[in-house]
Amino acid sequence: MEDTDEIVREFLTESQENLDQLDRDLVALEADPSSSALLQSVFRTIHTIKGTSGFLGFGNLESLTHVGESLLAKMRDGSLTLTQERTTVLLELVDAIREILESIAVSGAEDACDRTALVRRISDLQVSEAPAGAAPGVADEAAETAATTQRIGEILEAHEVVDSTDVTVAVLEQQLGDDRPLGEILIAHGQATADQVADALAAQEAARGVASGAAPVHAAADASLRVDVNLLDTLMRLVGELVLTRNQIVATAASQAEPAMLRSSQRLNLLVSELQEGVMKTRMQPIDTIWSKLPRVVRDLGVTCGKEVRLVLEGRETELDKTILEAIKDPLTHAVRNAVDHGIESPDARRAAGKSPEGLLTLRAFHEGGQVNIEISDDGAGIDPAKIAAKALESGVVTAEQLRGMGPRDVINLIFEPGFSTAEAVTNVSGRGVGMDVVRTNIEKIGGTVDVVSEPGVRTSLRVKIPLTLAIIPALTVECAGERYAVPQVSLEELLCVEGERARTGVEYLSGAPVFRLRGNLLPLVWLDHVLDLTEGPHVDDAVYILVLQAESHRFGLVVDRVLNTEEIVVKPLSRQLKGVGTYAGATILGDGRVALILDVRALARRAHIVSEGDALGGPTAHGEESIRLDGPEPLLVVAVGERRVGVPLSMVTRLEDIPTSSVERVGQRELVQYRGNLLPLARLSHVLGVHSGGGDDKLKVIVYSQGQRSVGLIVDAVLDIATETPRSRGDANEHGVAGMAVVQERVTELLDMEQAIVAADPRFFSAVAASGAADVSGYETYAELGA
Amino acid sequence: MEARQLTTFTVDGLLFGVEVHRVQEVIRCQEMTTVPLAVEGVAGLINLRGEVVTAIDMRTQLGLAPRADGEMPMNVVVRVDDESVSLLVDAIGDVANVTSEQFEEPPETMTGVAAALTLGAYKLDDRLLLALDVDRATSAVGVK
Repeated sequence: MEDTDEIVREFLTESQENLDQLDRDLVALEADPSSSALLQSVFRTIHTIKGTSGFLGFGNLESLTHVGESLLAKMRDGSLTLTQERTTVLLELVDAIREILESIAVSGAEDACDRTALVRRISDLQVSEAPAGAAPGVADEAAETAATTQRIGEILEAHEVVDSTDVTVAVLEQQLGDDRPLGEILIAHGQATADQVADALAAQEAARGVASGAAPVHAAADASLRVDVNLLDTLMRLVGELVLTRNQIVATAASQAEPAMLRSSQRLNLLVSELQEGVMKTRMQPIDTIWSKLPRVVRDLGVTCGKEVRLVLEGRETELDKTILEAIKDPLTHAVRNAVDHGIESPDARRAAGKSPEGLLTLRAFHEGGQVNIEISDDGAGIDPAKIAAKALESGVVTAEQLRGMGPRDVINLIFEPGFSTAEAVTNVSGRGVGMDVVRTNIEKIGGTVDVVSEPGVRTSLRVKIPLTLAIIPALTVECAGERYAVPQVSLEELLCVEGERARTGVEYLSGAPVFRLRGNLLPLVWLDHVLDLTEGPHVDDAVYILVLQAESHRFGLVVDRVLNTEEIVVKPLSRQLKGVGTYAGATILGDGRVALILDVRALARRAHIVSEGDALGGPTAHGEESIRLDGPEPLLVVAVGERRVGVPLSMVTRLEDIPTSSVERVGQRELVQYRGNLLPLARLSHVLGVHSGGGDDKLKVIVYSQGQRSVGLIVDAVLDIATETPRSRGDANEHGVAGMAVVQERVTELLDMEQAIVAADPRFFSAVAASGAADVSGYETYAELGA
Repeated sequence: MEARQLTTFTVDGLLFGVEVHRVQEVIRCQEMTTVPLAVEGVAGLINLRGEVVTAIDMRTQLGLAPRADGEMPMNVVVRVDDESVSLLVDAIGDVANVTSEQFEEPPETMTGVAAALTLGAYKLDDRLLLALDVDRATSAVGVK
């Protein structure tokens, strides 16, 4: 049994890789249908999967791949050519194979999906028209011609039997309906002898043999092997320990002045550095590992939207840490989809604007300043700041007052605000306003930043900056109340030191909130010791040090006692006991061996906003979309999620349940529980809101919301109270999963975005309840994918 | 009759024991980085040969009086769910060999948090050895 599992597992991993290759090959083949090497590769992959699945007894998979293979066989022998329709159906076949493989990976058996429709479509496409100029019966020779890179005419030309005019004439005759092979036409014209044609055919055959035998695509695989990531992590940790031991030995050896010892320690020093570098490299992968899926995405989307898009990938070899690659995969894909859907215009519109009908989408990756830069640029319609401003105003993302103070670039960046969408028509691709904010949230989660620039009518460019690795980041160390803290450089904009008179008068108070005038703009100030509830330490000198930090769309000044220096720090995770605190991104060990906490700038900002209520309050909450309206003071169920207080409209609470943790079942990424004879999909609010929560209890507190026959369960940490919000205390929030903020029982409470929470538990909830079209379903699913 | 070995230590005059295989090492008082906003039991973070380890003060955790100024705690580093956690205690004792026959449920005289974090007591010849529930003592952080 063990052996079989091993074989199946191997089959799965291998097939996964092959399928990714298949996606790429098919898209490339569509662009260049004459490439027999690509066709061979596609055919071989499908054939391998068919063979192995037959051997392992996966009947559905075998029969599915069999029809695909038949279709491909006809293309390979030239009786069919690859049309867009055939590409589409083959790509669907790849998806179906993927689904089956996934099911095998999860449950060990094939899923029970009915795929007869797909099989029929593939079969139908096998019997339709033969390519022009090669009638089915006499296809042999002409087909050979089509399938190989070097055509028979070219070979004859190369053999100096005929000249190019003769061949052109013969090809024209073929196109005009002469269904004889090219060689026969040339013989009939008396331009070549039967022997010469036979020689050329033999040469062609030999060339094909070389092409199919070489299989250049998989050659690289032999030089590498698979390694368990856990093993790499262990190695990485060991090397870290080794580095510290090395430091001690080098220090001791230097003090002893024993020449032999000194030499050995220097050698050790060098070797350990090299080893460290090598081990770090093993975790790095080229960005191409995630980019390689994009040609397929762009192609499918282009076909759906009726747009012509050329995708150019630059800097495929740029390397990133594996963890980061995984984290940016979905946001990048979403950004690319957005560019095709919103950025690039339809071919007609492009022609009208005097551009080539084919849109150009360029992805560029490069290293710069210890960071990886990724640019996604399209030469489409660009973003019109005026339109964005109008839309943002309409959907309540900003107030007219806020808009007045914004430059065009700030306005364009409003597309990252939650609840923002400019698509005039909601498509199943994007346009639900749940896209770009999620892109930003995900990029920021790994310490990156995202920014958009645009020239209306010319181009739009999305710039993403991400750290090379999560393990080592550049940081600024500061001191506050006697302890040192590290602030990641990525969120640091500038450093201010205000001295003398200015230190006393520079800080002003705006309705109780301290602000600082920075080049004419008001910068809200936050004292680190205050945010961290520390007793104010004695200020060393009368200068005020302000770190200008950028968190999400907020910029604020963090006041610290002293600024020490910048250094590369190794990020160590915090233990379970401290994850609930939330204000720290981790810890690190400084040069002198002391531990320092790394500040989580986003969490600090959030905490500070809660402290200084003035910032959280103000504008009206009027989120666009179909978000559940929360007008008027309505009773709220106040719950605890991690450290946060969250309000849920009582009208959306059908029931509160205690569910034993042990009865929760997992299906893929989802959690479900059997509830009153039905399955109740669950979502953890801590995940929806992106906070750490203790968990670990043997009972889960669940808010059940039902509509019609469908129910979802939202897991919270504790139910605190039922209360009514203070009137007119509403404020906006930019957090994922939060619809706004309000003062409840004199405390700032976040209002849960019920729609997002429900969709996180059951992506089909609304579409099923409303029984609306398929567009709805996929729109929500796009969101759920990203939010996961 | 089941024999066990417990690493013993004292906290405010009480003798506690943790099974030997749970204890990774015992080290002297380390320089500690405090963690603002953390729950009460967390004393801070220490650098254990390059690993950042959370230290939990057993006195706070057990609801006992704080250590007198200048009294240096010892670190008993235990393994909990693949993580190292340090328990700050007053002093380290010997390794005690105990049997299940000596075991009793937590004594009635123990109240509140201390009772909740104790599995029971072993009756030694001269005194009682309280078996610490390591998992609860480290994970019940925040339950006041």
